Amino acid sequence: MNLIKNNALGLATLALMFGFSSCKPKNVGSAVSGDAASKSYVAPGKYDEYYNFVSGGFSGQMSVYGLPSGRLLKVVPIFSVNPENGWGYSEETKPMLNTSHGFIPWDDQHHLDLSQTNGEIDGRWIFANANNTPRVARVDLATFHTAEILELPNSAGNHSSPFITENTEYVIAGTRFSVPPDDSNGDVPINTYKQNFKGTISFISVDQTNGNMDIAFQLQCPAVNFDLSHAGKGVSSGWFFFSCYNTEQANTLLEVNASKRDKDFIMAVNWKQAAELIKAGKGRKQAVKYASNRYNEKTHTATSTIKTEVTVMDVKDFPGLVYFIPCPKSPHGCDVNPTGEYIVGSGKLAALIPVFSFDKIQKAIAAKAFEGEYEGIPVIKYDAALYGEVKKPGLGPLHTEFDDKGNAYTTMFVSSEVVKWSVKDLKVLDRVPTYYSPGHLMIPGGDSKKPTGKYLVAYNKITKDRFLPTGPELAQSAQLFDISGDKMQLILDYPTIGEPHYAQAVAASIIRDKSVKFFKIEDNSNPYVSKGEPTAKVVREGNKVHVYMTAIRSHLTPDNIEGIKLGDEVYFHVTNIEQDWDVPHGFAIKGAATGELLIMPGETTTLKWVPDRAGIIPFYCTDFCSALHQEMSGYARVSPAGSNVPISFSTGTNQPKSDSIPAK
Amino acid sequence: MKKHKIFFAFLLIGSMAACNDSSTKTAETAAPEVVANGGQEAVKDDESAKDIVKVAIGSKDHTTLVAALKQADLVTSLSNAGPFTVFAPTNAAFDKLPAGTVEGLMKPEKKEDLQNILQYHVTLAAMKAESFIDGQVLGMVNGDNVTVSIKDGKVMLNNSATIVASIPASNGIIHVIDGVLLPPAKK
Repeated sequence: MNLIKNNALGLATLALMFGFSSCKPKNVGSAVSGDAASKSYVAPGKYDEYYNFVSGGFSGQMSVYGLPSGRLLKVVPIFSVNPENGWGYSEETKPMLNTSHGFIPWDDQHHLDLSQTNGEIDGRWIFANANNTPRVARVDLATFHTAEILELPNSAGNHSSPFITENTEYVIAGTRFSVPPDDSNGDVPINTYKQNFKGTISFISVDQTNGNMDIAFQLQCPAVNFDLSHAGKGVSSGWFFFSCYNTEQANTLLEVNASKRDKDFIMAVNWKQAAELIKAGKGRKQAVKYASNRYNEKTHTATSTIKTEVTVMDVKDFPGLVYFIPCPKSPHGCDVNPTGEYIVGSGKLAALIPVFSFDKIQKAIAAKAFEGEYEGIPVIKYDAALYGEVKKPGLGPLHTEFDDKGNAYTTMFVSSEVVKWSVKDLKVLDRVPTYYSPGHLMIPGGDSKKPTGKYLVAYNKITKDRFLPTGPELAQSAQLFDISGDKMQLILDYPTIGEPHYAQAVAASIIRDKSVKFFKIEDNSNPYVSKGEPTAKVVREGNKVHVYMTAIRSHLTPDNIEGIKLGDEVYFHVTNIEQDWDVPHGFAIKGAATGELLIMPGETTTLKWVPDRAGIIPFYCTDFCSALHQEMSGYARVSPAGSNVPISFSTGTNQPKSDSIPAK
Repeated sequence: MKKHKIFFAFLLIGSMAACNDSSTKTAETAAPEVVANGGQEAVKDDESAKDIVKVAIGSKDHTTLVAALKQADLVTSLSNAGPFTVFAPTNAAFDKLPAGTVEGLMKPEKKEDLQNILQYHVTLAAMKAESFIDGQVLGMVNGDNVTVSIKDGKVMLNNSATIVASIPASNGIIHVIDGVLLPPAKK
């Protein structure tokens, strides 16, 4: 009682102190004004306005938050195994992480792009990049499940990716590291970068009926580092813009050697023309090796196919396809405003933000207003492409998003702030500090033709003292700003998973109502499905034992299994035969070195188990599914190799012999 | 302890009011939305298999039972994950009770008695009709026992009600019975 009393008093005192501190003038301390809490408050039981998809950085996954509350709604595993739901552990999902290098359990996920129709977010899919071993994934937004992962040959460090065209015709992926092409002898001295290295841009086609991705073609470009990109839209429809750094073509100490030139480039690509050239049979077939992994929602099983050919066009052979535009100081972000007229290049070492005009670029091309060539590609004169410069925006500009009122918002890494400026007159309108050192920022629809104007989230790289300390590593902070007024207002801090890079958000109504509640058991065509308890069974095939198991509240069928022998490989094919929303079951067996399972209603997943000793081995449901969850368990009997215990299985009938029950 | 909570709330209001003469907006925008609480029976879901409550609501032979479940505040519990076995007397079974019994139990002051009777019809675990064995004793949710007997292939409970149909539900199973089970008198 005393303790409670003291705590209550302590809290009250704290509240009092906090109350007073909020009376300080603005821009002192945390710069939060009094109505921030109400602006981000979503009452218990109420929904957020937006789904916010946030890249997981070095976690390899994608997280989904609600805005404005900052509630974590889900972590969707993509490029890393995920113990929470068996991604990469179950036999059915392992092929999703297959590559030409074999199974890769962990990658680095940087950028996300929601599918669009006519430049507006349509809520069908979200695309994600693997930065390290170059891949692009497609996540289905009806199931929030990764549906496809496609590896990219001729690439290394898939950073300028995945950015889509206006109607999701293509997902574009530019390589960060230029490398010798996959079909060349790559065993060359590293300092032969200029002679032997190439930069590749992949154009991935998207089947509009089912989302399936394929590499339509690749553009072989001069060896530089492609950093980020965005599609043209509206007036610049059919074009794509890439930021390029290391135009010095350094291969060592890039920190110094890739920062020498006063200007690097924005690369403008006429992708419609490229697509037509490919259609006309241009380009050469190149022998490569890459994995195409697709998840089938009916079999609940992924298939990995190794493909061996891509069509490549060397851009210098096709005049008119590609132009370079000088852009100061190692540009990072490459962002296109909602009308498509203005292209913003954020030179991370520049003291200004150049804004290029698509109209002027076209006129410069027509007038051949070139200052020369770079590796055979025309370089447009800076002033001929430039609309204007944002002067003194802050230090270290990185990324720009747009609102619905003609404003742009740019993160400043070094000066740790978000700067709002007018696209029309390039005047700085407002600036607000972030805590600390923001990387990407995101406005719902902020890179589409139809941005919103209510919220902005800055994803910060440095946390330090913003949250209670948790040892040397702290969760990266996201900061939510209200941008509906003239002044940006910080309304919420919240922690994120991994390291967020780019993010996307869309009105909840676009996605909410089509969300799948469970998988229909009658549609399940997994070869090892058991659609009901009568078909549950155990089948021996040589030294492989297949257990066709069902799970329903609150028992597993079969739950007594005998006849397994040392030397066997046992496959538990567990079908969750529930047809009820949010009732997954789990499966774990003692000593399984392969992990566990989490099985959605209507789904079949498989755990491989190689017993390493004879004895009685319990198994159980790991997801608290019901009041009798603790009863949802069973036993497997493992006999020595060569034992003659026959395969047998049962549920509820293998009662103890009556004479074995002790008398009362 | 209650006293301190009030004291704490006072301090909070006090501190917020202290800001009101500066230009900072506070209390008036922060009025929390009141959200009506419903149990899982209020979840909007027309796709999932029906739970026990939804199955019962859909049965024209169980209107008395459904009304009684509502009166006894058991709808939320039986919409839970379960797993339940529910013995569901038909309207006709309730009609067999002495005249006025049901009406009496539906009075607010008899709510506990009604809960006791209805909970005597529910047990945890989803038990299929074929899994019952003669002489089996079931521990019911109200704390009393029901004894199972098997006669001519029919499952009888306390020798007073017979299972006439069985309907699976997402969170268990409903066995329709032709009599109302009456719990033993309180000791």
